[in-house]
Amino acid sequence: MNNHFELPGSFKKWTLGLIVAGVLALLYGFIMLHPFAHGGHGENTSSTRFWAVLLQNSVYWLLTVNASMFFLCVTTMAMGGWQVALRRVPEAISSVLPILGLITFIILMAIVWGGRTDIYHWLDPHLYDKASPDYDKILDGKKGFLNPMFFTIVSAVTILGWWLLGKKMRSLSLESDKKGPMDYETGKKWIWDNTVWASLFTVFFGLTVASTTPWLWIMSIDAHWYSTMFSWYTFASTFVSGISLMAIFIIYLKNRGQLEYVTEEHLHDVGKFMFAFSVFWTYTWFSQYMLIWYSNQPEETKYFIERIGTATKAGPYKGIFFFNLIVNFLCPLLILMKKSTKRSWTLVTFMAVLIIFGHWIDFYQMVMPGTLHNHAEMMPFEFGISALFIGLIMWGVGRYFTKNPLLAKNHPFLKESIIHHT
Amino acid sequence: MAGGIKKFVVGAFDDEKVLFPAVKNVRKAGYKIHDVYTPFPIHGLDHAMGIRETSLHTAGFIYAITGTTTALTFMSWVFTKDWPLNIGGKPHFALPAWIPITFELTVLFSAVGMVLTFCYLCQLSPFVKKHHFHPRATDDLFIMAIECTDKTDDGEVQRFLQNSGAKEINVQHAETGWWLGRYDREQKLYRDEKGY
Repeated sequence: MNNHFELPGSFKKWTLGLIVAGVLALLYGFIMLHPFAHGGHGENTSSTRFWAVLLQNSVYWLLTVNASMFFLCVTTMAMGGWQVALRRVPEAISSVLPILGLITFIILMAIVWGGRTDIYHWLDPHLYDKASPDYDKILDGKKGFLNPMFFTIVSAVTILGWWLLGKKMRSLSLESDKKGPMDYETGKKWIWDNTVWASLFTVFFGLTVASTTPWLWIMSIDAHWYSTMFSWYTFASTFVSGISLMAIFIIYLKNRGQLEYVTEEHLHDVGKFMFAFSVFWTYTWFSQYMLIWYSNQPEETKYFIERIGTATKAGPYKGIFFFNLIVNFLCPLLILMKKSTKRSWTLVTFMAVLIIFGHWIDFYQMVMPGTLHNHAEMMPFEFGISALFIGLIMWGVGRYFTKNPLLAKNHPFLKESIIHHT
Repeated sequence: MAGGIKKFVVGAFDDEKVLFPAVKNVRKAGYKIHDVYTPFPIHGLDHAMGIRETSLHTAGFIYAITGTTTALTFMSWVFTKDWPLNIGGKPHFALPAWIPITFELTVLFSAVGMVLTFCYLCQLSPFVKKHHFHPRATDDLFIMAIECTDKTDDGEVQRFLQNSGAKEINVQHAETGWWLGRYDREQKLYRDEKGY
């Protein structure tokens, strides 16, 4: 069995092309958008746009990449055997985390310590000065949580935690390749180690992605507004796009004649994840929307008025807001519902691309209204920065594929995965 | 509903590993398998028997959208035409508030509808009775019933089953359909029959 995978030239070309396009977009941003111009709120929209786009893309792609490690950990804890035939794909995706994590951290630090208040309004020191006319009692009350030092430390610990715990999971998997076939006792011990590290990752993931991370990085853009559903909603968004990203790489490798044990049965299960978590995303999205709509409190409805506007005046993000629902809820619901769709390599690819784009849009409408108001754009710059991140992911994944075997051949559950039947 | 009395050759198997090749061989030999009765669901047996995929989920989808439409049309009629109320200054056509109820009715219709359809397809209902080919089909044996036509040589079928590894073989004349009745009045209990 040939486990070694040589990256095809086309993959390398695309990777390089996307990264070059991304770097060009970044250069364009540095030159044309004056990122280091003074960034007061609403003063210099092109400068704000530069940082808002970087923030949206880095956070979105980082969380999407991190979701694949979460997928591995939960399936490990659930003693899921079916993922063994394809588990090198999520491993490869999560191996990009250190790069994206570092980039995100640099961007966050540049925003927080760069003397700008346009992205995170709460950075303005006047808000906490009782003598100033700008004194903000609400934000003063949140000062213990929303302050640059706390933000920095928590962000650093968060990214470092994902990195180290994920690295441990990957190295456990790679070690098994060298060990040779495991006997019952060794296998049991190895599975136990995996379970322990997977649970540590999951707890850490729950405390970060499912709570503090989205609060700090995204929700604090609208610092007065808060929603207890927000982190769930963000988590669902990135998890479903993480699964879709996995699906794309799995199908790509399958098309290249790799992953010989991955069949329609495995694809069916991946498709089920995409379907189920699209619906879950809608559930969290709707729970957040309906409660705010129903209770109709000004400080809460503000968030949606910024986006869809009011009954008399449409907001600038109305189109994107409903497009978001159609792409991320109606399309997966109606298209992925049928068994034959989930077992079709073509349709799953199509849906995966659609879902990833849809949730990119979702993040777009989380970040832009609070920072750029009605000056947001969706131009080559926005897509170029996205291309940079996609290129980096492809580069990292390709590197992992060439360096490591594509099958965890000594995993004790391998047989279960080979005979897997949905 | 009486389906008529037919002749069956019945074979009892006690091992899944024997049952699967037997099913395959019987089908290959051209005999018609009436059904295979097992004490528990056996993964892949439906596939081996060549039974078509169930349409239960299509029925479920239809019930679900019926529920969705029922909920939405009823609520919009009530709150906009029949009895418009001002609730917290919300518009009469308050779609977000109706979504949870719409969801619930969708689930309710599809769940209840699918359970009833399932019972109908399996002919399960109080007082609906079917012929039991072997009482141990609910305990520890897999029972294969092969339907005979006028031209079938039942001796040959019995030998065939014997060679396929059946533990017990017999020929039964049985009602193929279902009827209304009560077992305790019509049949002897297995325990009494065998004298356990």
